[in-house]
Amino acid sequence: MKHDFSELRLDRVTRRFAGAGGHAFNALSALTMTIQRGEFIALLGPSGCGKSTALNCIAGLLPLSDGSIWLDDMRIDTLPPEQRGFGMVFQNYALFPHMTVAANVDFGLRMRRVPAAEIAARVEKAMHMVQLTGQEHKLPGQLSGGQQQRVAIARAIVIEPPLVLMDEPLSNLDAKLRIETRAEIRRIHRELERSTIYVTHDQDEALSLADRIVVMKDGVAQQIATPREVYAEPANLHVARFMGYRNVLDLVVENVDGDRVTVAGPDLRLVGTQKLPLTGKRACVAIRPDEAQLVDDAGGVNVFSGAVANVEYGGRDSLVDVKTASGTVIHVRSPLQPALGATVRVHVPAARILVYPAE
Amino acid sequence: MASATANAALAREPFDKSLLLVVPAALFMLLVFVYPFLYGLWLSFNPKTGGVLANYTHFFTTDNLWPTIWTTLRLALPATIINVGVALPIAFKMRVKTRYQRWVTTILVVPITLGTVLIAEGMLTYFGPRGWLSQFLQFFHLYEGPIRLTHNYWGVLISLVISGFPFAFLLILSYVTGIDPGLARAAATLGADRRAQFRHIYLPLLAPGLAMCFCLAFVQAFSVFPSAVLLGSPAGPTRVISIAAYEAAFEIYDYSLASAIAMIMGFVQLVVVVAVLGLRNLFYRGPVSGGKG
Repeated sequence: MKHDFSELRLDRVTRRFAGAGGHAFNALSALTMTIQRGEFIALLGPSGCGKSTALNCIAGLLPLSDGSIWLDDMRIDTLPPEQRGFGMVFQNYALFPHMTVAANVDFGLRMRRVPAAEIAARVEKAMHMVQLTGQEHKLPGQLSGGQQQRVAIARAIVIEPPLVLMDEPLSNLDAKLRIETRAEIRRIHRELERSTIYVTHDQDEALSLADRIVVMKDGVAQQIATPREVYAEPANLHVARFMGYRNVLDLVVENVDGDRVTVAGPDLRLVGTQKLPLTGKRACVAIRPDEAQLVDDAGGVNVFSGAVANVEYGGRDSLVDVKTASGTVIHVRSPLQPALGATVRVHVPAARILVYPAE
Repeated sequence: MASATANAALAREPFDKSLLLVVPAALFMLLVFVYPFLYGLWLSFNPKTGGVLANYTHFFTTDNLWPTIWTTLRLALPATIINVGVALPIAFKMRVKTRYQRWVTTILVVPITLGTVLIAEGMLTYFGPRGWLSQFLQFFHLYEGPIRLTHNYWGVLISLVISGFPFAFLLILSYVTGIDPGLARAAATLGADRRAQFRHIYLPLLAPGLAMCFCLAFVQAFSVFPSAVLLGSPAGPTRVISIAAYEAAFEIYDYSLASAIAMIMGFVQLVVVVAVLGLRNLFYRGPVSGGKG
């Protein structure tokens, strides 16, 4: 069991399951990446994308079908979970219901036969870190969901693992507690100075917590990049859709000039930025609602008009659905609240119209 | 003030008519359990001759009566310990679904469908002095002397294991599969190997269920009668307490003494059950899943 490391290397990590009709399908296909000590990695994707499979493979709870996992120069994918020594926080917490909070937290230390005096000191430190001091003698059933969550985190970090694995740890908490606990997880990660791999389907969580995000779909990593890159420069249309590019329009390519592309539909013509080499006559453009604006001036590039079809009030701004004459609907986030049916003009800067090959 | 209003609200709450559904079961219990039990208790204190406690004094001073308690315990306790002890590891292995799981479970459970008399008949031909087992061992010269596994203590013990095992197995299987396997996985990530997972996670969570299973299996074994007669030696080493009660009732026609023996039998069972359930209170009892979801 290693207590420290400089990098964790995943090499074509693959997991197959038997699917319907005896066909095997890849829940996880050839995930390859290197995680540095101290990094916070988020595995992000919709349910069934393979992110939890990846986490369970790293933890040792699922054997690999192919590929290997290395901690520096030590191959670990053949070791059972108890010999890998990673801390794991489960989605349903998996606290031992018959043990007190203190017994839950010191379980890993007792398994490692740490001397009693050291156990007491380390448990106290961990309890302090998750701000649960004074709750040591309660049973998990007597705690609230947020407290149980923090016991689960304390139990995983008290063994000072080289790697902490978290499987959607916030999904059972309410919105307010989720944001508070999110900040605590980030703080604990900083204090431990070890690596964390965090599985989530919530893009806000991934963006706010991670140093790097792995966006997954159908068992394949679509993009491995910093939150800023994933947010602003999605590698493909799947990532764009998942990162909140709600407007995806299928248009005809008119002209390609370097990475500037002109695409057109029946009643709009847009100049956008090419993100992947275009192959056919058609292309898909992706636009975030908050990067489109309602404007007054009639002329200019990337300005088109339409009628207001729906307005959803959202506090600081509203989500306005603008419908062009041919029926294309564009979602725009705007501080203005135009009347239903009014004619408005929409502008999007060319740099924020991302053009991908049509699907 | 607030509590007064709450009390008033409670008082006005209409009678829950669904409680009436309990009436048939309650009547049934009253007629076929409570009344016969109280009648037997009353009868045991009204002996044919002597004072109120004459039956009980007779039982504890007669040499072919009071030792039946030990004779029965000597059969019932080992049989129960074997049944629970063997069923636990097998049920634990069967908790994960495999291709063989259904077949193994079916084979282990089949004896529950056979009556004790049928098992006794089978055992007499299989384990008897001229039975298959004996002939097989002697044919291959594996064991030369006469094999005596019927008409003694061992015959009754084997039959109690055969008839009691499926019951213990099914009960424990349902307890084991009720425990969230995620707990063992969590323990594994914390450094617990399989043995430690069993000792620290499964065993403490199973303990209350095992105690319950032990009680039920013990009560069943303690009231052994047909196999003690058919497979044992009812005059000697397997003269169990139910045989003593039977003789009192149907051979010397002393219903009062028979009732007293039945009461003593019930009392011994109660002592064991209370002791085991008392031990159970030392363990955690509550939900066996770890958190939400």
